Amino acid sequence: MSDHEYTPKSKVGKWFNDRLPLLTLANHLTDYPTPKNLNYWWTFGGILTFCLITQIITGIVLGMHYVAHADLAFQSVEHIMRDVNYGWLIRYVHANGASMFFLAVYIHIFRSLYYGSYKSPREVIWIIGMLIYFLMMATAFMGYVLPWGQMSFWGATVITNLFSAIPLVGESITNWLWGGYSVDNPTLTRFFSLHYLFPFLILGLVVLHIWALHVPGNNNPIGIDIKKPSKDTVPFHPYIVIKDAFALLIFLLIFAFFVFFSPNILGHADNYIEANPLVTPAHIVPEWYLLPFYAILRSVPDKLLGVIAMFAAIFVLVILPWLDTSKVRSTVFRPIYKQFYWFLVADVLILGYVGAMPAEGIYLLIARVATAYYFAHFLLILPFLGFKEKTTPLPLSITEPILGGSPDMAMARDNSNYKKNL
Amino acid sequence: MRNSLKLTFFFILVSSLFFSKVNAAGEQHDLLEVDWSFKSFFGKFDRASLQRGYQVYTEVCASCHSLKHLSYRNLAEKGGPEFTELEAKAIASNFEVTDGPNSDGEMYERPAKLSDKFVMPYANVQEAIAANGGAYPPDMSVLVKARGGGANYIYSVLMGYDEPPAGMELDDGVYYNKYMYGNKIKMASPLDDDIVEYSDGTKATVDQMAKDVTTFLQWTAEPHLEARHKLGFRVIIYLSVLTVLVYFSMKKIWSRIETKV
Repeated sequence: MSDHEYTPKSKVGKWFNDRLPLLTLANHLTDYPTPKNLNYWWTFGGILTFCLITQIITGIVLGMHYVAHADLAFQSVEHIMRDVNYGWLIRYVHANGASMFFLAVYIHIFRSLYYGSYKSPREVIWIIGMLIYFLMMATAFMGYVLPWGQMSFWGATVITNLFSAIPLVGESITNWLWGGYSVDNPTLTRFFSLHYLFPFLILGLVVLHIWALHVPGNNNPIGIDIKKPSKDTVPFHPYIVIKDAFALLIFLLIFAFFVFFSPNILGHADNYIEANPLVTPAHIVPEWYLLPFYAILRSVPDKLLGVIAMFAAIFVLVILPWLDTSKVRSTVFRPIYKQFYWFLVADVLILGYVGAMPAEGIYLLIARVATAYYFAHFLLILPFLGFKEKTTPLPLSITEPILGGSPDMAMARDNSNYKKNL
Repeated sequence: MRNSLKLTFFFILVSSLFFSKVNAAGEQHDLLEVDWSFKSFFGKFDRASLQRGYQVYTEVCASCHSLKHLSYRNLAEKGGPEFTELEAKAIASNFEVTDGPNSDGEMYERPAKLSDKFVMPYANVQEAIAANGGAYPPDMSVLVKARGGGANYIYSVLMGYDEPPAGMELDDGVYYNKYMYGNKIKMASPLDDDIVEYSDGTKATVDQMAKDVTTFLQWTAEPHLEARHKLGFRVIIYLSVLTVLVYFSMKKIWSRIETKV
């Protein structure tokens, strides 16, 4: 993708590169022209890659000591916490790592929403990203089941039961998922197997995500198309690498604080009680990162429609590039969308909050209003706003903050617009 | 304007997390707060309190509550009550475990060793329930982590026995407890003044015993708490220094071009 053809200097390097152009790839990655005005919200891609690798490595080590059996799983987790050398550290990094992974992915997604990174020509990057997010939720859910505590068991029961809402085949599907007539040992062993598999699927999708990113290049806070390479760009190495490293270290400080000083605050106390099919916990709540969807699910009185609403909440995100009709990417130039953006952030936080509360009384009412607003944002406000909103003028380039730019590459290069504005 | 909005949202997020915690923890009464030595960044266990707590556990709790995830060797390990190895061996040898089969193919009884798990008071859950009027005395290995409110909750329940409020009917074998979920508990108040005799001369008040046994149970739930705090402190220092170094490297590198980071 870089303009010049790369040839390795050494003979051996050239011989190898002619057969497998790994060095060309490395050269592309280091030279990759990146907009110089990327702010710190853009560092979360690197942070997320780090999170995935951390989860995979700690997970592989945990898998060496964990026993996927309904009678032994809880005990084997305690064995890891007590007897395995630094087992407590590995498990706490893995458990809190999941939360940190989701924290980072939510920032990453909302950054994309703010700066319009999902818009043409980056729709495929966005859709792959949504697939990753979906797989992350599935992986995290199955991982939470593995310690076989009360919340593991009852969370699994609630979520797998959702499929029984499907007409005609629902019950058969649920039994097929369980491997029996209730959540039991076969459910645990298959969840363990899939929990081990999915991260590698995610890893593959991450490669595609980055590949798709490197075709058009990064979006930027101004959201205009830029020439690459140009005065507006810097090579990925060392400029972006060092900046990502700095941001990652700040992130790691927060991560370390949770792991070493508050390792259980993000989990639920009930999951330290061994699973008991005869005792239902007072409140069954999923992990915090799934709460907004849980709130949407419970806000619909009909079970099947609730499940549909929950999956639709993710699906509207997938088709977002076509729901947002505005050609202007960055919210910086969209004064009205900016307000709706923050309304959406508040709406999702409210959904998360009521998702943790019992589904009754005022909480249920708030959940219903917030669910309705969530869908209204994507299905009504966004399509309509693109036609009606009067955006502020775009600059021509990053280095020359002269007005007259355009979201369209050809128009951006054409100076006539700029002259008109003079 | 935008910043203040962001702050507001952040506040909502943090406070909602906070409130969900509080709701999970307390029912009608706020838990009693104790200034535990193991809280805070440098928190460590009070060694004497752990040893006294073990004594309370053995003499009071152990007849009903198991500690099935612990081994006797844990009692002599660093960061715990730190009994000497001889003391831990002596403790273990008070218990009989079934081993085998031997070369004749028969199971046999022998005194417990350091490597054995704590011997359980009942053979199985059913026996435990049958012996306790239909209520299962929970295993105490991770009990502190299994209750919202943690150590404060355990301490509060031990201190929470009281006369039931007027108008509250209690069945036989059910007791009133201010901090228990639903205010009803099937365990009679386990502690009375001087129910144990501490060898270090500490006066065995109910409050003292409740604190000691809670400290002990915090350790059984988090046997590596001290190591965690110690390593955590080092990791934070290391990361902080590295962050500063990387920050200045970044400034230096970006100074080659006019754009600010």
